[in-house]
Amino acid sequence: MSYIAKPSAHHPALPRNALGLTRRDYEGSMSTLCAGCGHDSITAAIIEACFEMDLPAHRIAKVSGIGCSSKAPTYFLSRSHGFNSVHGRMPSVTTGANMANRDLVYIGVSGDGDTASIGLGQFCHVVRRRLNMTYLVMNNGCYGLTKGQFSATNDKNSPSKKGEANPFDAIDLCQMAIQLGAGFVARSFSGDKKQLLPLIQAAISYKGFAFLDVISPCVTFNNHPSSTKSYEYVRMHNMASENKLDYVEPMEEITADYAEGTATNVTLHDGAQLRLYKVDGGHDPRDSDAAIDTIRKNAAKGTVVTGLLYVNEDQVDLHDVLDTDARPLNAVPMSELCPGSKALEGINARLR
Amino acid sequence: MSGINDFVIKFATVNGSGSASANTMVAKTLFRMGIPVSPKNIFPSNIQGLPTWYEVRVSEAGYLARREGIDLMVAMNPQTYAEDLAEVVTGGWLLYDSSMPRIWPRDDITLLPIPIAQICAKQWKDARQRQLFKNMVYVGALVELLSMDIEVLKGVVGDQLKGKEKLMTANMQAVDLGRDYAREHFQSPLPIRARHAERAKGKIMVTGNEAGGLSAVYAGATVCAWYPITPSTSLAEGFEKHARRMRISKDGKKLYGIVQAEDELAAIGVAIGGAWNGARSFTATSGPGISLMSEFLGLAYFAEIPIVLFNIQRGGPSTGMPTRTGQPDIISCAYASHGDTKHVLLFPSNPTECFSMGAEAFDLAERLQTPVMVMSDLDIGMNDWITDPFEWDDAKAHDRGKVLSAEQLEAFKTVKGQPWGRYQDVDGDAIPYRTLPGTHPTMGAFFTRGTSHDENARYTEDGTIHQRVIDRIRRKFDTAATYVPKPEIDIRDKNVKVGLIYFGANRPAVLEGLDELERAGVRLNAMRLKAFPFNEDVKAFCAAHDQIFVVEQNRDAQMRQLLMTEANVPGTKLIATLSYDGTPMTAAFVRKAVLARLHPEKAAAAE
Repeated sequence: MSYIAKPSAHHPALPRNALGLTRRDYEGSMSTLCAGCGHDSITAAIIEACFEMDLPAHRIAKVSGIGCSSKAPTYFLSRSHGFNSVHGRMPSVTTGANMANRDLVYIGVSGDGDTASIGLGQFCHVVRRRLNMTYLVMNNGCYGLTKGQFSATNDKNSPSKKGEANPFDAIDLCQMAIQLGAGFVARSFSGDKKQLLPLIQAAISYKGFAFLDVISPCVTFNNHPSSTKSYEYVRMHNMASENKLDYVEPMEEITADYAEGTATNVTLHDGAQLRLYKVDGGHDPRDSDAAIDTIRKNAAKGTVVTGLLYVNEDQVDLHDVLDTDARPLNAVPMSELCPGSKALEGINARLR
Repeated sequence: MSGINDFVIKFATVNGSGSASANTMVAKTLFRMGIPVSPKNIFPSNIQGLPTWYEVRVSEAGYLARREGIDLMVAMNPQTYAEDLAEVVTGGWLLYDSSMPRIWPRDDITLLPIPIAQICAKQWKDARQRQLFKNMVYVGALVELLSMDIEVLKGVVGDQLKGKEKLMTANMQAVDLGRDYAREHFQSPLPIRARHAERAKGKIMVTGNEAGGLSAVYAGATVCAWYPITPSTSLAEGFEKHARRMRISKDGKKLYGIVQAEDELAAIGVAIGGAWNGARSFTATSGPGISLMSEFLGLAYFAEIPIVLFNIQRGGPSTGMPTRTGQPDIISCAYASHGDTKHVLLFPSNPTECFSMGAEAFDLAERLQTPVMVMSDLDIGMNDWITDPFEWDDAKAHDRGKVLSAEQLEAFKTVKGQPWGRYQDVDGDAIPYRTLPGTHPTMGAFFTRGTSHDENARYTEDGTIHQRVIDRIRRKFDTAATYVPKPEIDIRDKNVKVGLIYFGANRPAVLEGLDELERAGVRLNAMRLKAFPFNEDVKAFCAAHDQIFVVEQNRDAQMRQLLMTEANVPGTKLIATLSYDGTPMTAAFVRKAVLARLHPEKAAAAE
């Protein structure tokens, strides 16, 4: 049984926000992810973001698909309704939820498998629909819950747990999102709280589709044959059977703190290096061509660009497109929705 | 057998030639003359070029099932001349375009040659007009041959061409040309002809899909998501058509949202998201869509989310016959999705019931917190039916089920004697109380999930809890049996131990078949199923009869299987009576099937 409640007691002097709430009020149940998982860092950033923005937690809806990332919404905002739907289908569920009530804040949490493979179609179409939501991908390049298979965001030639190189090109979700017309596109790193926090806040504030691709190392399966912390190594160093992994070494959260306009190397749990480049004031995020160009040029050098990559200041959402009422549709009284018997007489007459 | 106000006319034309609207005008004119008609559009999965047919049965007695044996064939498609000719009954008529000479190898029918192409070529210069008005020329000839009321036809054409007066004049000109030609060349009217009647007065002519779409407007649905698939597409379009008119706020904004999704998975996902958030939400699809939606149906079942799904069934398996009718999704819908699942199904038998049951489906879904499927089919959904007008009781409130407001949440423990938990069975009816996102700052939030959960919606891998929760959901099905519409039982003879069970679009064929059997001295009691799960009335009817014909349109006797499994009816007394060629059932099929089983000698004599 993996539901673990957190004690609600806290220090009386904890800082409070404008709503009189503490950070603890924005937490969820205990995380059941591996210790040191990047996802937990993102969870912490979401809690911090909502706390700082004075958001009433019950006015937020958390929606996810299936996978390690999609479990994460249980670990934040326990006062919010959440919906852990089916694999790759978070976008459609969020679309319906948003259509029903435009007044809530929608945070969709997905993973790289959930978005870039099984859910790629739904991802593309929710971008096209301009749904007013924050779509956050916790991107670790692999399938965690099924034990380490490559995902479609994994870099080409990156070695698998059996030492075979990934023969396929990676899907770059940020490029796709820009190309499909997302209004807000950013990339960050789970360990860079200084960058991640304002990006989450900006994404939540944005009216329209806000996409956040957060690179989040998998402590367990982000393996490399030369690494002492690879899947093979861990398996060799515990007494488990061939196909079973029952020991996961606790690891430290990986962090990165670096200035705009600079690059930094991050050493992942498996010893691999991730090179991040933070865009600076010289990058005009309103220029989608420039954004794609920056991503591609850096990718060619093996560098991952982070920061606010693209923003369309003309904020449009699905309700604008559909021209729906300003009230949430779920709050319109039945008396206004049901035309009644008199109107039906008119319809009958026209069908005679 | 055929005669005044009792005949079948069939139009054999080419898809995309504009014949559909002309043929509809004929049916509508007869209907407005007060005569019951049942048009059946038999169309290909094609936009232009393939053969298409439109059959109109005219029956003042009100028998509206399809009837075999064509009295008058309007043969406008050389591709299908041979089969069209073969379908005409001895003593019948065949109207054709005689612009090209042709020999028809039958001497037991009367030919009605009209040089339609030549008439049009003489009258109009434009190729498109020449083609389109060909249809109106044969309509004109039919006015004369069948003594249809020209003034009524004018009204019908006028309604269809509202605002296009020029076109109206040209159309009526074509009608006159056909009419004049028929008057000069044939002895009119034919023995089969129309006469003003009262039987269809007060009825409406409408498709089930338009009715289903309208039901969602009346039910207060605000979220609709769908993916185009024949034959369900016109249901979502029907919703939009009526919502656009009747669902606009004072400041001109829409009080509904429609998303044409990227596929059926997304369509049902949107509906589930909307329903989770407290909007009445629905989707419409057909067989292949049901397969694609199955995973989500299991989620909605297990997480207890009230969506409505209209399944407009068509011939399967696989892509099957997209433009032909059937009832082949009974089992796949009753048990859609993996794991132990079971769904509430409603079986409308005509457009009037698509409206009433469609609206009821939303109440049931919210009352029971589970998906409800309205099991229509292509015949009901896409064909025009002469049916009772729609009714709405303004005094009856929509049943929104057990949804807690902020105040009710705060008072819950005091009122109910136990704290609220999303999946707690507080009332003993196995239906828990739900809360909507955004209701209360500190109470009522929970995590909806398709993973196993306890009574407080918390993740669990405890087998005891898992079993307890899915047992409670199964018990909810017992509650459902008390809420769903009761069957329509027709006891024709208390002493007869032979029964017949039917449902859906087969109603006209069965009712006519039972009358024919009665005239042949065979009496049967009948029960029309309106819903699954089966209630006590269904079980009682089965218990009271020793032999029961189960009439349905699929190969595997799916309703029979369901009765055996879910109502414990012994299979030995359930006689599978199956028609699954994709065409609407006929009374003759029912009569013959029953006679062949009960009285083989009578069946042989009748042949």
